[in-house]
Amino acid sequence: MQVNKPEDFYKNVSKALAQPDLKMIIRRTTDKAEKKRAEAIANFPEFENARMQGQKVKDHTIKYMDHYLAEFEKNALAQGAIVHWASTGEEATKIVLDICRQHKAKKVTRSKSMLGEEIGLTHAFDNSEIERIETDLAEHIIQLAGDPPSHIVWPAMHRSREDVVKLFREFHLDPTYSEEITDLVRSARRDLRTKFLTSDIGISGSNFLLADSGSTCTVTNEGNAELTITPPKVHIVTAGIEKLVPSMAHAVPLLRLLTRSATGAEITQYITFHNGPKRANDADGPEECHIVLVDNGRTKMLADGMEEMLRCIRCGACMNHCVVYKHIGGHAYGSVYPGPMGSVLTPHLDSLEVANKQTHACTLNGRCEEVCPVNIPLPKLIRSLRARSWQKKYEPLTNRFIVQAFAALAKRPRVFQLFCSCGVVFMKLFSRQGWIKYMPLTSGWTRNRDLIEPESKTFMQQYRKMKKAKSDGV
Amino acid sequence: MSQTISNTDRTQSNAIDCLNISEKKVGLFVTCLVNTMRPSIGFASITLLEQAGCNVEVPELQSCCGQPAFNSGDDEGTRQIAYQTIKQFENFDYVVVPSGSCAAMIKKNFVEVFKDQPEWLARAQHLADITHELLSFLVDVCNFEPTGIELEGSYTYHDSCSGYRSLHVYEQPRKMLSKVKGLEHNPLNGHAECCGFGGTFCVKYSNISNEIVAEKIENVLATEADYLLGGDMGCLMNMAGKLNREGHKEIKALHTAEVLAGLAPQLSGGKDAS
Ligand code: SF4
Repeated sequence: MQVNKPEDFYKNVSKALAQPDLKMIIRRTTDKAEKKRAEAIANFPEFENARMQGQKVKDHTIKYMDHYLAEFEKNALAQGAIVHWASTGEEATKIVLDICRQHKAKKVTRSKSMLGEEIGLTHAFDNSEIERIETDLAEHIIQLAGDPPSHIVWPAMHRSREDVVKLFREFHLDPTYSEEITDLVRSARRDLRTKFLTSDIGISGSNFLLADSGSTCTVTNEGNAELTITPPKVHIVTAGIEKLVPSMAHAVPLLRLLTRSATGAEITQYITFHNGPKRANDADGPEECHIVLVDNGRTKMLADGMEEMLRCIRCGACMNHCVVYKHIGGHAYGSVYPGPMGSVLTPHLDSLEVANKQTHACTLNGRCEEVCPVNIPLPKLIRSLRARSWQKKYEPLTNRFIVQAFAALAKRPRVFQLFCSCGVVFMKLFSRQGWIKYMPLTSGWTRNRDLIEPESKTFMQQYRKMKKAKSDGV
Repeated sequence: MSQTISNTDRTQSNAIDCLNISEKKVGLFVTCLVNTMRPSIGFASITLLEQAGCNVEVPELQSCCGQPAFNSGDDEGTRQIAYQTIKQFENFDYVVVPSGSCAAMIKKNFVEVFKDQPEWLARAQHLADITHELLSFLVDVCNFEPTGIELEGSYTYHDSCSGYRSLHVYEQPRKMLSKVKGLEHNPLNGHAECCGFGGTFCVKYSNISNEIVAEKIENVLATEADYLLGGDMGCLMNMAGKLNREGHKEIKALHTAEVLAGLAPQLSGGKDAS
């Protein structure tokens, strides 16, 4: 599959909308997610409280980031882990690849992590001599298909069961010929089991970093994170610094919010806290544990007044409820993070110049903010990115001109009203039986819908006339 | 905390105010879409406010709330427009707007662009405090109940995003519509889901907007209602335009105020209601 670029957003959108079954494919996942989340929240009376608590925990940790990072490092070192710091995505991938090369690794297993995608780890491995094996079922599917993820929770949601059947038959050593989901899962499990056991290095992300213990936490349903981490000799964690929380007690409200918001489940099958390498009397575990803490634009977001975005726990609820995402899907955004949260993150990870079209592709309807489990004011952040983009003059000139001309008129009420009156006369020329089907300069509107015919005069004209008639009459 | 206290204060003072609302001066902010495309909504608003006992004035020097500039990120343009609106309306007791999104613009967003200008920030905040969306104002502040209005048929209701999410307008229009004799409510699936209008969004991303509104009208048609009602001209124009393009003449899109003022039977595109 050809990978979309964020700067080609318009083209990507046209391509997505032209794909006849895309909407059905997206809805299969998002409708279910929406429904299950609603049920989970209805059964969770303390949701609003948990949300406030979650927000507070995140805000507090972000505010005292330096302190908690130092505490985390100290405790992780005490557990026997090795801590690395990476300020950019390239630095982070280089650290990971260097560790793999030092251990002469030939094969690495990886459990799903959006940060890994963000820093380009998948590509870095694919361009190296080291074989990358994705162990999350959905990631396994898109690795076989050669696709980028289309959703942060369900990266393979754009693939149908038929696609999966085909892919497994082609790539699995001992494929199933059944099309039943349980058989397909079994086929993937068979394929992955040997790979888990023969992997040289296991790479995971982390949903939470606990400062007071130096632990990293994975939240999964398949147990693949545990199998990625335990058998190999070396475990590498890559995590964004915003994953930090003071302690396990602080992670709990966020966990309750995360699983309900993401899949509607009260809890996932596996929530594991990993504490450095294997100790003397441990039965198993990696001999070496590396934790790569990644900034990649996060401190810049903090400095830029975008600190609220650092609360994000990557639950995906905002995209499941986004009318734009639900029609164009994840790939159209051309970036690792799609949907509302992506429209805020991508300008910081790539650049606003490249990703400003995504920030404009939003009706600011507020549904995302309404469902966000940590109260991120996504529309406000999206709007403020537009203000920045406006200052930098990234918008197409015609758009700027129209908005500026409108503002120039609107700040002079008399002129503006004259303009409206002329507008009515103009529109009347193109009206037929109450409707305008076509009119110059309004193709953006009339391409797909009609425009109602205005009344004969503007409100102000009619109102003035009425008032005059009244006072004359008196 | 301080915000919560001042909100309560305001509600309490509103409750007292409504006893002698006729002494209160209400400024009607018509909005540019109503002014240009659908004056009848403006006249319906005046009728209803007067029925509710308000002393309504329409300042002549008004234009647009500034959303096209604000939502495009043009803060300076927004300020230029907002100066005018603040000057024209700040001396009223109440400012009423027959649109959720324009009311939310004045109530929530003006203060955003005056962060660095303390004097204007205070004036913007004052205007925000006295500004109300029409339908919620009629119910919450004026305690208004329509009487003697009849309309045979059924309606379905689209809650526009700003009115619903920013201003919590939901019960008020339904409550008033329940007093219209002969009118039944057929609830809309996805009643508060965006219709794809989004101001400049609908022309800048015409293709995405089209997909959204197409789905919206599917839901609207499924209600088999005779009227599609709402409180925002932008959304109504969008949905009505799509319904007409697809040949659905069986359902008529109207602003709630038009129905409550008894204008519904005589309204059709291009005709003057005044
Ligand atoms: S922005 Fe909020 S809703 Fe969206 S992924 Fe992040 S936490 Fe979830």
